[in-house]
Amino acid sequence: MTRFLALLVRNRLAAAGGIILFCVLVLTLITPFLPLQDPDVTATANRFLRPFSPGHLLGTDHLGRDLLSRLLWGTRLSLAVGIAAAVLAAVIGSAIGITAGYFGGRTDNIIMRLVDMLMAFPYILLALAIVAALGPGLMNALIAVAAVNIPFFARNIRGITVGLAGQEFVDAARLGGLGHTRIILTELLPNVIPVIVIAMSTTVGWMILETAGLSFLGLGSQPPQADLGSMLGEARSALITSPHTSVIPGLMIFIIVMSINLLGDGVRDALDPRLRSGALSRPRAATLVERQGEIPAASDDLLAIQELETQFHVGQRTYRAVNQVSLSVRPGECLGVIGESGSGKSVTALSVMGLVASPPGVITGGAVRFRGDDLVGMPYEQLRQKRGDRVAYIFQDPLSTLHPLYRTGDQLAEAIRSHHRIDKAQARARAIDLFKAVRIPNAESRIDNYPHEMSGGMRQRVGIAMALANEPDVIIADEPTTALDVTVQAQILTLLDELRRERGLAIIFITHDFGVVGQLCDRVAVMYAGRIIEEGPTGAVLAAPAHPYTKRLIACVPELGEGRRKLAAIPGLPPAVDRLPAGCAFAERCDKAQEACRTGDISLSGTAPRTVRCLFPEEAMP
Amino acid sequence: MGAYILKRLVSAVPVLLGITVIVFLIMAMIPGDPATAILGSYATPENVEKLNRDLGLDAPLVQRYFIWLGNVIVGDFGRSYSLNRPVLDEILERFSATLILAGVSFVLCAVLGILAGVVSAARQYGLADKAITFAVLIGISVPSFFLGMMMILLFAVNLRWLPVSGMYAIYGGGDLPDLLRHLIMPASALSVVATGVVARLSRSAMLEVLRQDYIRTARAKGVPERRVIMGHALRAAMVSIIPVLGIQAGFVLSGAVYIEMVFQWPGIGRMLVDAILKRDILLVQGGVVFVAACYVLFNIMVDVAQSLLDPRIKT
Ligand code: SF4
Repeated sequence: MTRFLALLVRNRLAAAGGIILFCVLVLTLITPFLPLQDPDVTATANRFLRPFSPGHLLGTDHLGRDLLSRLLWGTRLSLAVGIAAAVLAAVIGSAIGITAGYFGGRTDNIIMRLVDMLMAFPYILLALAIVAALGPGLMNALIAVAAVNIPFFARNIRGITVGLAGQEFVDAARLGGLGHTRIILTELLPNVIPVIVIAMSTTVGWMILETAGLSFLGLGSQPPQADLGSMLGEARSALITSPHTSVIPGLMIFIIVMSINLLGDGVRDALDPRLRSGALSRPRAATLVERQGEIPAASDDLLAIQELETQFHVGQRTYRAVNQVSLSVRPGECLGVIGESGSGKSVTALSVMGLVASPPGVITGGAVRFRGDDLVGMPYEQLRQKRGDRVAYIFQDPLSTLHPLYRTGDQLAEAIRSHHRIDKAQARARAIDLFKAVRIPNAESRIDNYPHEMSGGMRQRVGIAMALANEPDVIIADEPTTALDVTVQAQILTLLDELRRERGLAIIFITHDFGVVGQLCDRVAVMYAGRIIEEGPTGAVLAAPAHPYTKRLIACVPELGEGRRKLAAIPGLPPAVDRLPAGCAFAERCDKAQEACRTGDISLSGTAPRTVRCLFPEEAMP
Repeated sequence: MGAYILKRLVSAVPVLLGITVIVFLIMAMIPGDPATAILGSYATPENVEKLNRDLGLDAPLVQRYFIWLGNVIVGDFGRSYSLNRPVLDEILERFSATLILAGVSFVLCAVLGILAGVVSAARQYGLADKAITFAVLIGISVPSFFLGMMMILLFAVNLRWLPVSGMYAIYGGGDLPDLLRHLIMPASALSVVATGVVARLSRSAMLEVLRQDYIRTARAKGVPERRVIMGHALRAAMVSIIPVLGIQAGFVLSGAVYIEMVFQWPGIGRMLVDAILKRDILLVQGGVVFVAACYVLFNIMVDVAQSLLDPRIKT
């Protein structure tokens, strides 16, 4: 909602900018027809009249000229020159850019070298050099400002053109025997023009400012002709005695540039789809909690997820990613959570320590209890102290989940130092021990490696070492082996299994792979469309799956430990969690589905630890 | 690292040469007799002829370029006719004044801009974010020369807190506190636009980084939020902020020209404008080449800083 409001405010600002700009433009267009005094008629007797003097609404300047008239004529001139410079720069720059991008090869190379060279100048030096050569004057200032901006257009347009020139319709035109000029004008130009216009709209304010600047320096418009810049420049000597002569043209420049900027921002926002979808909002330190209803009572499990509900609120839509999920682990136990992507298994895992990105994620119900304490309602600082200390995570792709700019050893040491007051040397020694514990060879030198200097398997070992750093009670492993190849995967699984037995760790293992579950887990819970649909000891579920979905999942596994397993072999897709059907979510894909399956909520049946959510299970529940 | 710096310096040579060619060609566009242009239209024919001979201006363009380049390389930028002293001496003196002004502004814009961007991103859509966004919008729209004039009115004329203009007080000045008092207004006026641009970019860079998986990892480790933002996120965001700082340095240097005019700061920008109005071509030519070369070298420093920050860059 706040995001929506922000967008609205943005657009309102853009609209305000547009309106102001429009008014200014209209004013300058009708200036010649307004009953204004001659802007260049001097009357030294009436010097420096204050604003609201009779006959001179805005007062007069140092030569007694009417400021209102000069302001409007000056604005007209400034706008005209700024816009002309923008058009000139856009036309020449785009022509250069298209040529370079279309012909490529050496032409491109030479042109872009030259463009880079021009960009090596602080822009004003180039402008000053040009004005120095051509002599002061408004026309020359215009040329200088345009010239300075040509490289910007050339580079942008070249980039777009290179992309277009490789596309089929251009090849087709070439094969069709069209000449280069024809192709550029009829095929490329129409596609490039929108980009040119956008680039122009973002730079025109800038160019108005620059030409005004050159005039301010006395290098642009020459007396008696005046644009806003030279008005300001002339007024400078009377700044202290008659500030209004400076304030009036200065404010005008400010208003023009600001309205153009506002409009430009609005246009850019509207064109940037990422901003529109809200993807650019940053996740907060902990997932937002807006719990409704009863908070379940404490249990004596080590970690218990109780009737957890996590939703994503995007605009008006609500995605029920996790729906009334309850799970628990005991010390030394490994619980597998299995499901397709989008089943809610990862969101369940991230909800435990409040790591679901929010916005858009919100925990709307239930509790997560660690040794009886409710993690969901916990104040941030308390939660932080448990993160990585009592409950630690191992994530899927260690290349993106390790910080690319920190040495792996330092990242490990940081995990320790976030919870224990030990000095750097001790942390380093501990980091080396941990590297050894996860069987990283040459631990002493490896801890100085950056993530990109390691192989995928080694990086994941670092990820595991980091999870072990504070000897946690629970490790939540979110598909830790999915990004790895099969042999490395097997090594990592063995390692995890050993560590669990050595240290009495509880592991929640999130995966989409029944093969992995069979190797590692004591119990397994199957998730589908945000709910648990079956749960039981691994052996029992594998031997006699009760839910039709589980049965099919297992049927997809050819033989445990043999080659790649395909989960996608089940026809159809899980339902989108913002449009869940009534009744069984699997009904669409289930060949046992009956009328009864599509009406009303289906609850878990059976007795713990063996339960299933199906009206017509494959196996009778005990 | 040393090898990398050397490599970058070597690769700058063609750029520097290109700069001299471009500046030389622009100056060669001056219509008419170059010596008359240098000496002005009141020069006597003898003087014109003498200057033509002295500067080798009667030689063909290419030859003239190499003569000039040869002189420039050994530090001889010629003599300024309007000031009657070697161009290089004047440039060095003026450039040091500009360096103080632009350097302080640059540090201001980098520190304040990044800070504002970080706060803005960390409090996205909060009150601080909205206030900063609004201030940035104003900041990047106000012409620095107008802002400077308004500051003079307020702080120097009305409140009498700060000196109106100049670099040192004429009587009894000349020490560091005096310089600082003179520096406050021009340096802040100069830094406003760049601060706005840096703040804007830092905000979006931070927002981009904060969504990355490694930030989630840091949080999962229990790293305190302050360190997540100021350490993990900012460090990663700097990778995209630093190149923009390099570009903004160019804008600060450019804006210095206006600010030096407004505050009567004895820097190289004012020197160039005066030289243009007096048609002192050698002074313009030398000043432009000198500052552009400094800017190229500065950008090499930026690249080196970037490679120090990001180990993934091959050095
Ligand atoms: S409840 Fe009905 S539709 Fe759902 S899985 Fe069982 S049999 Fe199939």
